[in-house]
Amino acid sequence: MDIRRVKDYFSWLYYQYQIISCCAVLEPWERSMFNTILLTIFAMVVYTAYVFIPIHIRLAWEFFSKMCGYHSTISN
Amino acid sequence: MADPGGGAVCSWNLHNHKKQSHSSQSRNCTKNGIVKEGQQNGKPHFYDKHIVESFEEAPLHAMVFTYMGYGIVTLFGYLRDFLRNWKIEKCNAATEREEQKDFVPLYQDFENFYTRNIYMRIRDNWNRPICSAPGPRFDVMERVSDDYNWMFRFTGRIIKDVINMGSYNFLGLADRYDESMKTIKDVLEVYGSGVASTRHEMGTLDKHKELEDLVAEFLNVEAAMVFGMGFATNSMNIPALVGKGCLILSDELNHTSLVLGARLSGATIRVFKHNNMQSLEKLLRDAVIYGQPRTRRAWKKILIMAEGIYSMEGSILHLPQIVALKKKYKAYLYIDEAHSIGAVGPTGRGVTEFFGIDPSDVDVLMGTFTKSFGASGGYIAGSKEIVDHLRVHSHSAAYATSMSPPIAEQIIRSMKLIMGLDGTTQGLRRLQQLAKNTRYFRQRLKEMGFIIYGNENSPIIPMLLYMPGKLAAFSRHMLEKKIGVVVVGFPATPLAEARARFCVSAAHTREMLDTVLEALDEMGDLLQLKYSRHRKSARPELYDETSFELDD
Repeated sequence: MDIRRVKDYFSWLYYQYQIISCCAVLEPWERSMFNTILLTIFAMVVYTAYVFIPIHIRLAWEFFSKMCGYHSTISN
Repeated sequence: MADPGGGAVCSWNLHNHKKQSHSSQSRNCTKNGIVKEGQQNGKPHFYDKHIVESFEEAPLHAMVFTYMGYGIVTLFGYLRDFLRNWKIEKCNAATEREEQKDFVPLYQDFENFYTRNIYMRIRDNWNRPICSAPGPRFDVMERVSDDYNWMFRFTGRIIKDVINMGSYNFLGLADRYDESMKTIKDVLEVYGSGVASTRHEMGTLDKHKELEDLVAEFLNVEAAMVFGMGFATNSMNIPALVGKGCLILSDELNHTSLVLGARLSGATIRVFKHNNMQSLEKLLRDAVIYGQPRTRRAWKKILIMAEGIYSMEGSILHLPQIVALKKKYKAYLYIDEAHSIGAVGPTGRGVTEFFGIDPSDVDVLMGTFTKSFGASGGYIAGSKEIVDHLRVHSHSAAYATSMSPPIAEQIIRSMKLIMGLDGTTQGLRRLQQLAKNTRYFRQRLKEMGFIIYGNENSPIIPMLLYMPGKLAAFSRHMLEKKIGVVVVGFPATPLAEARARFCVSAAHTREMLDTVLEALDEMGDLLQLKYSRHRKSARPELYDETSFELDD
């Protein structure tokens, strides 16, 4: 029963996406083209986030900790 | 009065103008003018009328998604145009011929782009052929398209008993034949169906004279003249009233027939903001002070053109204030009561009765017989001098065929019904049923949480949908549920404000309205249309005091 409700909810969500982005009025080949492009962009965003966000956070942490560490050595 | 929820709800009392920014003299004029009229008419209670109009703003996410949706369809439109241009895809739209390809392009502007790429995709929601009388229920012919709405074909099936929420059938008089229409059959037997001549030649029948006298009596004016077509009444008669050297001040949302008539006349046209009296007063002051553009001479005539009820907004004209302005600046007033005659006012006489204004204060009253009387044609009424001038100088009288006799008899029959001259109270009952239906429908829609535009007394109810995808989905789903609605998009409305427009009728029973409201509730949840911020809670309100008497 729960699986069916979850599936209904996701199909309603997919219907909302189709209506708002006008996929409902596009022809089937246009729809597949639009979905493909959107999924490609989304996949690229996810990949970029996975590869680069940890490195950026580590670098930012080092930069700020060096600045605060320098400040604390000066005040000594 | 601005609503803190971000919408625009303005409610105003007629005799209390402290919020208006008119000059003090105008305020006195307004107050004196209206109160005096009230005492003359003997109907003072109309002036305590509390008018509520609401034009709530859209939530931000709805506007963002609307523009995003239009952007996506535009991109695909460019792609399809590219494919059509390079002959990768067959072009079904109108194009120039091969020999004309080097000339100035005809189909490159935005309107044609919009028609080819956006309108065509959802075209099946408009122009649906029907095959019965447009009563409260009607039959729709089913049609399908094999190539995405470029060509339609009829399957032969008829969808029966679709609830009609789109026809302008305010009093339910546009229905099939019944015994009360017997006089129309007699007129058809005596006069035939065609007139075969213009009013000036041999097309004036005694039926026309009878109808014109009845219209003048109905509207409480001196004289009236009827024409065969409602659109032509506006576009062919305004050129006969004003010409070069005159000024026309017209509302920004006026109907195409008024705009066409104004342009044909050759007068200067200036536009004031919709129902905005400050904008109109500013234009009037500039016109009176500065006169004509180059020569600074006074304008020959200043004509203010407005409508009684605006069909796309559902708003009612602020008549008392316009009459006060017109008297102050000595302008003339032309009111197009196409949607308000027979629909507002306690006895159906239109906006003048709704506000309690004397009809002789309005110089030219125009209306059509299409909406409330179940016929076709239009009329212009006013003082005897104006109507006599039009009888001689109107283009419609000189060149257009006059009204057909059975149609004139149908108008005579319905007008007598509304006025009560046929001996029954059916007319009054229909008007009261219309007012009841209007209030019920509007109140329920507001409670459900939809954004509704317009005055709470107008039987035209626009419900905002905003996104083009939802427009198409809404109309298709409602037809599946056997309810016929009219959806309106660009260019009849602004680009981002697509709406569905309901026309309530006196012939709708409470059960029909409840069926429609249930379907709308379901659609509202399925398509997420309940944008309003003023949704009432399901809990009842708590009162401070008890409302019953306690016996000791």
